[in-house]
Order: sequence, then structure tokens, then C-alpha cells
Amino acid sequence: MTRNILLAGVGGQGILTIAAIIDHAAMQQGLYIKQAEVHGMSQRGGAVQSHLRISDEEIFSDLIPLGQADLILSLEPMEALRYLPWLSQDGAVVTATQPFINIPNYPDKEQLLSEISKHCKDVHFVNADKLAQEAGSPKAVNVVMAGAAAQYLGLSPEQLLESIRSLFSLKGQHIAELNEKAFKLGQTS
Amino acid sequence: MNEQELLLGAEVIARAAIDEGLSGVYAYPGTPSTEITEYIQQTEEGRTGKVRSAWSVNEKTAYEAALGMSYAGKRSMVCMKHVGLNVAADAFINSASTGSKGGMVVVVADDPSMHSSQNEQDTRYYARFAQLPLLEPSNQQEAYDCVRYAFAFSEALELPVIVRITTRLSHSRSTIIRRAATLPNPLKPDTNRQKWILLPANARRQYQHLLDLQPQLTEAAEMSPFNREWVGKEDSTTGIIAFGLAYNYVMEVNTRFNLQLPVLKISQYPLPEKTIRNFTQRFQRVLIVEEGYPIYEELLKGFFGNEKFSGRMDGTLPRTGELTPDALIKALVPAEAVQPVATPAIVAARPPELCQGCGHRDLYDALNEAMDSFANRHVFADIGCYTLGALPPYNSINTCVDMGASVTMAKGAADAGLHPAVAVIGDSTFTHSGITGLLDAVNDKAAVTILISDNYTTAMTGGQDSGATGRIAAICEGVGVDSNHIRTIVPLKKNHAENVSVLKEEFAYNGVSVVIACRECIQTARRKKKTNV
Ligand SMILES: Cc1ncc(C[n+]2csc(CCOP(=O)(O)OP(=O)(O)O)c2C)c(N)n1
Repeated sequence: MTRNILLAGVGGQGILTIAAIIDHAAMQQGLYIKQAEVHGMSQRGGAVQSHLRISDEEIFSDLIPLGQADLILSLEPMEALRYLPWLSQDGAVVTATQPFINIPNYPDKEQLLSEISKHCKDVHFVNADKLAQEAGSPKAVNVVMAGAAAQYLGLSPEQLLESIRSLFSLKGQHIAELNEKAFKLGQTS
Repeated sequence: MNEQELLLGAEVIARAAIDEGLSGVYAYPGTPSTEITEYIQQTEEGRTGKVRSAWSVNEKTAYEAALGMSYAGKRSMVCMKHVGLNVAADAFINSASTGSKGGMVVVVADDPSMHSSQNEQDTRYYARFAQLPLLEPSNQQEAYDCVRYAFAFSEALELPVIVRITTRLSHSRSTIIRRAATLPNPLKPDTNRQKWILLPANARRQYQHLLDLQPQLTEAAEMSPFNREWVGKEDSTTGIIAFGLAYNYVMEVNTRFNLQLPVLKISQYPLPEKTIRNFTQRFQRVLIVEEGYPIYEELLKGFFGNEKFSGRMDGTLPRTGELTPDALIKALVPAEAVQPVATPAIVAARPPELCQGCGHRDLYDALNEAMDSFANRHVFADIGCYTLGALPPYNSINTCVDMGASVTMAKGAADAGLHPAVAVIGDSTFTHSGITGLLDAVNDKAAVTILISDNYTTAMTGGQDSGATGRIAAICEGVGVDSNHIRTIVPLKKNHAENVSVLKEEFAYNGVSVVIACRECIQTARRKKKTNV
């Protein structure tokens, strides 16, 4: 079992929290992990991505080769498209639909969504903002998205939930429960 | 101890150093090296001061302090980004002559592809220059093992040992297994004065000693656990020498396409001559794969070029930038190289930007207006978040070269007759290497205006303490700037008109003036607010 996952978003949106959840779960399941992330300049509102690879065999490259990503998981629609060159032919795109607009020439949302559908057969659009609100915090968008992508990760959903509990319980019982709910809402989205 | 831990490459280095009896880390922040020191600062050892870990003012002061701790017999580490070694180069090169006492490890993080840097210089050149040993781990576990080895090796040889990492390793997570920790060294200062006083007579002896050590360093590389062959098929006519992290990309392709090409992995320098000779003799063609400059490719090819060797210099691999698995696919199995789907044209670039609510924004608004009346609009800027003033809508600055260059370039341009000669520099960059340039300007009575954008932090690298928060004005006065021409402004929209007129007044002054724009970084302000509630 090998999964190449490309996480995408804008600096500050919280893709590294998703990565931490997947990493934790993969570790508990005894898998090899490599997860390359972006620090520095781009974190100032620029495009950011993380290459996350999990496998039951030794992983060499920290970077996913072009055309080899099983999943693009994006917190925003335009960023999902940016990494299309990495997506494998039968790969999936799971993306939040709410645009993150911090540039003057941000394209039309509907056009973005139809472009995604045009390039990829297995697409899952998630109204993550709404579900995060429902879970109790707009900040839970990233955990909603982790839930929405759960079936593509090759990890057990119970383990992912367990990892969320374990990672968020440090911030208090309430926060842990809120994120658990966010994950579940994402799962059924 | 046998439990796996998931860590960033940078954090692994920190962890290994503490486990190997580290007494102090010295560093100035710089991507991708910052997280090493940050990790140490938040450990038990860092918080209680068992391992000292506060930030240094620049890489040179950091390097020398680490050397001093080593002199005193304890184990020290100094960390920096690649260009930081330029700043520390004087200390670095000369420390190869003095040698060290307690184990001293120099961690330098290179940034091929310039993800967050102004160049992609390769620290392995510096190691050759200084004739010091260098280790270049290929993955996180090896980074742990290399750092532990490096301290012991340094102590045995009494030489600083370099560990070179790159952005990819520093900022990539994987699991490691630790080994039992070693205790820190007791205080035991070196009493050998001839070794440490580099008067010419001693320096000649010490330099000879360094040369005499070279065969021993090469022998260590021949025996190194980090230099080894991955045995491929016996009848291969092609062999690969993969340096450091490049090994991963080679092996990714080698295993995925079942090529079975023999690979010699090199992670310890100076180059093990015998190993390299024996390996290369077996093949008609040898691909050299280096994450960085083609240093060893050039060396093995020789001045007149030996066709047997290929790599970055003959276009088999790209001449610049970080390697990728795809670059190796093209080089080794070109038929399998995929023509990737292009990113659709609808996708717009999303460059980094100054945060909403950042004081640099209001400073640039004021500066742009104050410069409006001048035909010659030249602003010498520096390195930090405020470099983003280069981009629209501001387009405020004309230069960004190296830390501190704003002050001295403005001075040089003023000497040439440019008016106004304006520099923009951040508070941390000012303490890093702006103060000495300001003294030059004062001594020469240069007509310059230095804008210090003081956000009380080192923002670009994530908000580390800045060297002189609250003391910038006093420093300028101490350096000799006339106190009537040290002005403080608060870069807020409501002060815009007033700030413009302060800037204009100081542009009109025929001497050194400093305008300090004080406003807390929005990121650190937010973080403080969060921890307070
Ligand atoms: C020699 C060297 N060391 C370190 C760095 C990394 N670096 C770039 S900008 C910066 C700090 C800038 O801080 P400051 O001047 O206060 O500006 P701010 O980012 O806070 O606006 C650092 C440490 C570098 N580019 N060059």
C-alpha cells in the first residue's frame, strides 16, 4: 500500500494540521512516512503545498513524482488546480469550494470548479465553510476536509478519529470534540 | 528510546545534538535552518538553560561563540542558512587552523531552487576551501546518526565538522529512532596557546597540521558508515554516484523501474579516493548526481573533460535548482518520462504578500508619497518581510542584495551624488549588519536617510527575538547620529500626512538621518493576544 497525497492551500489556512493528523494515523498503523512541507517566504499569504507519502515499504523521495499523486486535497479551489501536473490519471481531487481571495485577478469560482471536473473524473467538492460552522468553529475547515478525504487515504477512519482526539486533546476536551464532529461531518459530506 | 518519533529534518538535528551532550547552540535565524534552534529552545534542556540557546545577533558572532564554548571543552553547535556562512566565513576559515576542543558541529542549510533565498550557493565548496570534513545526510535517520557521529569525530580530531543539509531534508518529516544519550562535557579549557594564537609563526604550524590531517580525513571517509554501495546488477555498464539527499531520487527511480543500477552513496567528505576509483573503474558510464553545484562532477571530469562522467554539466541533469524524481527519470529512463498535464491557464499566480495590518505597508505608502517630488527615485532596501515592498502595489524599492547592504549602498550612492539616498532596513537586519555601515556614514558625514522599519521582531523567519528591541534609537545616537535627526514615527494610516512630512524633512537634511518606524508585527501581536487569553 502506497499513498501519495498532495495537500494544497494558502499560507495560514492550516494544511499542516491535516498533515499532522494523517502522519499520526499512519504512524499508529506502522507505515513509513515522508512529508515535505513549505516554510518561509510563501507562508506569507502565498500558495503552499505539502507532499505527503505513506507506504508499507521504504519511501525514498520526499517529493511525489509528476503524475503520481493519488489525491490532491485542497482547502481552496484554485490551489487544487495548481498541482494538476502531479495528479495520476485515476487520482482524485477533494477540495473545499470556498475561494480564498487575496489577489486582484482571482478567477471566477464556477469556472474553476468546472475546470476541476473537466480534468479529473473523481472529484469531491465540499462546502467546508458551512460544515465547519456546523461543527462549531470556522477554523475547523481543515479537519472537515480531512474527513472528506478519509476514504482516499488508505487509513482506517477509526484510527484517523483516534489521532484527532489525541492531537486536539492537548487543547482541551471541547476543542477535541469540536474537531471530531468536524471530521465526521466531512466524512458524510 | 526504541520508539519512533516523527520529526522535521531540522528537528532531528537538534534532537541528535542534545542526545550527544550538547551544551550550547548558537544561531541567527534563516530559512531553512531556523527550526533547529527553535526546537532546542522549547525542549526541557533549552528552557532550563542546560543547553544555552538564545539567538545571536548574526552568524559571525554565533560562530565565534560556538568556537569559544568548544575552546572551554564543551560541545557546541552553530546553525545558519547557506548565506550565513558568508557572514561567518572569516571565523570559519580560521577555525580550521586553530581547530577546536570540545566537539563542534557547524550545521549549514543550503537552499537549492532558492525557495527562500537570494542564491543557491553550495556549502560543500566552503568545506573544500577550509579543508574541513563535511557530512551530508540523505534522510532523517541518517541526519540523526550523522550529527551524533560528527560530535565525536570533531572531538577526536579537534576540528570543527560541518553538517550540510538542504531545504528538502530540513523541512521534511519522517520517523527516527534515537539512541541512549551521552552526558555533556565538563568545563576544561584548552591550555594550548600556540594552537589558538594565530600569529604567523603559529598559523604556519597550524596550517601544516591541518594539511597533515587530510589523509586521516580521507581515510575516515573510506571507512565511513555513511558512504556505501547499493549493489545493483553485476553486468551493469552504468554506475551512479549519488551525493547526500540525491541518493533518494536515484533510488526512487532505480527501484520503481527495477533498473538495478549500482549506486555509490557519498555522505562524508573529503571524497574517499580509493572507493571512488574502484567504483568508477567498473563502468563505461558514470552518472554524478549532486544536490547543489556540480562540484565533484567537475572534479571527476577533470579540466579537459572525461566523457565517461555525466551529470549537471552536460545537461543530463538540470544545471540549476533542486533535483526531483522527475529529473532522474529523464536522465535514467527517458522513455518513461511523462509529459505532465499542464497547470490550467485559469490558475493565477499567488505570490507572498505583506500581511493585512502590517506596518511596512503604511511605511511604504508614506515613503512613496515623500519620494514623489524627486525625479531620481532610488530606494536601497534590505532583506526581510519589507523586501515585499518590491511588488505591486508598492514598487517602492530598487535593491535587495545581502543583509545590511541597504545602509552602505545608500552611502556609496550618496558619495556618487545621488539625492535623496534612502535606505530601508528592518530592525533585526540593522543589528545583524547595519550598525557598522551606519558608523561609516556618520564618519563620512554622508547625506543619507536610513529608514529602520522596527516591528520588534525578526518577522520573515517566523518571529524570533530581535537583537535590540527598544534600543534602536539609543544605538543610532551612540554611533554618532545627531539626535535631532533621529526621528521616530508610527506607521499607521492616521499618521500618514505627518509621516510624509517627517520623511521629506529628513531627505532635505544634508547629513546622516535616521527615521525609525515603530509598530509591532501583526503576526507576533496576534500570537501574544492568543496566549494571553
Ligand atoms: C546572512 C543572512 N542571514 C539570515 C538570513 C535570513 N533572513 C532573511 S530576512 C531575515 C530577518 C529580517 O528581520 P527584520 O530585518 O527585522 O525584518 P522583518 O522581516 O521583521 O520585516 C532573516 C533572518 C539572510 N537572508 N541572510
